[in-house]
Amino acid sequence: MGRPMRRSHAEAALPWIVALALALLWEGVVRGLQIPEFLLPAPSAIGASMAKWWWPLLDSSARTLLNTALGFALAVAFGLALGVAIGASPLLYRALYPLLIGFNSVPKVAVVPVLVIWFGSGIVPAVITAFLISFFPIVVNVATGIATVEPELRDVLRALGAGRLDIIRKVGLPRAMPYFFASLKVAITVAFVGSIIAETVAGNQGVGHLMLVASSRFDVPLVFAGLVVTGAMGVAMYALAAMLEARTTGWATRGQRDGLGFGA
Amino acid sequence: MSRAFVQVDGVALRHPGADGTLALENCTLSVAEGEFVAVVGPSGCGKSTLMRLVTGLWRPTAGGVVVAGQEVTGPLSIAGMAFQNPSLLPWRTVLDNVLLPLEVVRPHRGRFRRERAAYEAEARALLASVGLAGFEARFPWELSGGMQQRASLCRALIHRPGLLLLDEPFGALDVFTREELWLVLQEVWRTRRPTVLLVTHDLREAVLLADRVLVMSARPGRIVAERAVPFGRPRALEGTYTPEFGALVGELRALVGAARESPASAKEMRGAPDAA
Repeated sequence: MGRPMRRSHAEAALPWIVALALALLWEGVVRGLQIPEFLLPAPSAIGASMAKWWWPLLDSSARTLLNTALGFALAVAFGLALGVAIGASPLLYRALYPLLIGFNSVPKVAVVPVLVIWFGSGIVPAVITAFLISFFPIVVNVATGIATVEPELRDVLRALGAGRLDIIRKVGLPRAMPYFFASLKVAITVAFVGSIIAETVAGNQGVGHLMLVASSRFDVPLVFAGLVVTGAMGVAMYALAAMLEARTTGWATRGQRDGLGFGA
Repeated sequence: MSRAFVQVDGVALRHPGADGTLALENCTLSVAEGEFVAVVGPSGCGKSTLMRLVTGLWRPTAGGVVVAGQEVTGPLSIAGMAFQNPSLLPWRTVLDNVLLPLEVVRPHRGRFRRERAAYEAEARALLASVGLAGFEARFPWELSGGMQQRASLCRALIHRPGLLLLDEPFGALDVFTREELWLVLQEVWRTRRPTVLLVTHDLREAVLLADRVLVMSARPGRIVAERAVPFGRPRALEGTYTPEFGALVGELRALVGAARESPASAKEMRGAPDAA
């Protein structure tokens, strides 16, 4: 807001310019030093591989996106509910928080084999891993937003006869929304990590599986193509979350649109 | 004098915990219906504790609080409160902030949706009466501190409380804004006539606004002195520069000074190393 249009256009183009410059540098280094393709493929080789294998890539990434979205949706529902619960109740907070931290410290890649024993390989372990890895930031952020309601405000409402639920509904939840959306941006990117870990370790589908198969065939350009597609999906989902954030909690940035979003 | 609307009788309050401090002890005061009473005292003397007891947010350790003929046992919805921090909700417009109590307090909460237009009209009128006409659709963070405090005052008044509790409401404002708001508050009180309990450390504020000024001792707090303010209403700011006004402020200043050095405070000082 209030900035000259030309500058904001330039700022929007900036990430693309940087990406392009990096790709050119990469291309130059690979060609100049004649690095073999199975060590580090040049962007042009990755592009060619993407064009050649466009259908498997599209198919796999669609499956990965689905797995991630399902796991993420579960994480949002569960994280929001648990976050509100432990944010509103100091007792629950004390009872559950250490457990949650312990749980979050377990590397999820170690959990995947267990999930495979329980559910077999396929979509379920990927969805669950995406869920497990992404609910924690949501819980912590929502709980913080709910637990830090100003005492005076709580007194004003309690004096009016407001119950605990009233205070959560009228103040706690709206107040937690910026925290919630901030956590969504983190959660969605780690959800991709979760589903791809599971697909790599135990999957028979998805980008993770595709990259595993490609690397076993020494098709390194295709492995990189998979990485690029994953990165692109992550950025797209992040942008979606940032847009949603700007729409719903513009008040939190006090009307300035210079936050960490995508200039929405 | 009409019957006591607020009656605080020999109240003590010890904060919870093994070594909880004694905030109030043998604190007694009464406020008549429609009266404007100010409570002044050294900082940390338990003035804010007193407010929370009167609204029923906290229960006294000993003694009793009676408001409007009823023993206070829980939160009191006939009270409106405003604090030094306006604590408006940043995601709500000024109008919606003022309407918040109506969404919570009985019996309005049941009627709120149906009669929103009527409530809105009332809130707009109230905002206009404190000089906030035209700012209804703004967000709190677009307003100056003084304007936020006006909105906070409206929020405390919207459900037409019989009792208004103000805890240093103008403490964070600059002198000029504060003086302006004194007059706003005086007008609100003159037109609506709620019973007001104002906690403040500004003696000019207390004398300008109140019918009676109560002086509290250092912790554990109790009322140690009381002065009636004889000046007629409405009181103008110019009145605060008259010798009579100055004499009363000076007298109160001496009482607060004495209260700071009361035996209670000396005892507290000696006890301090143990508490630490």
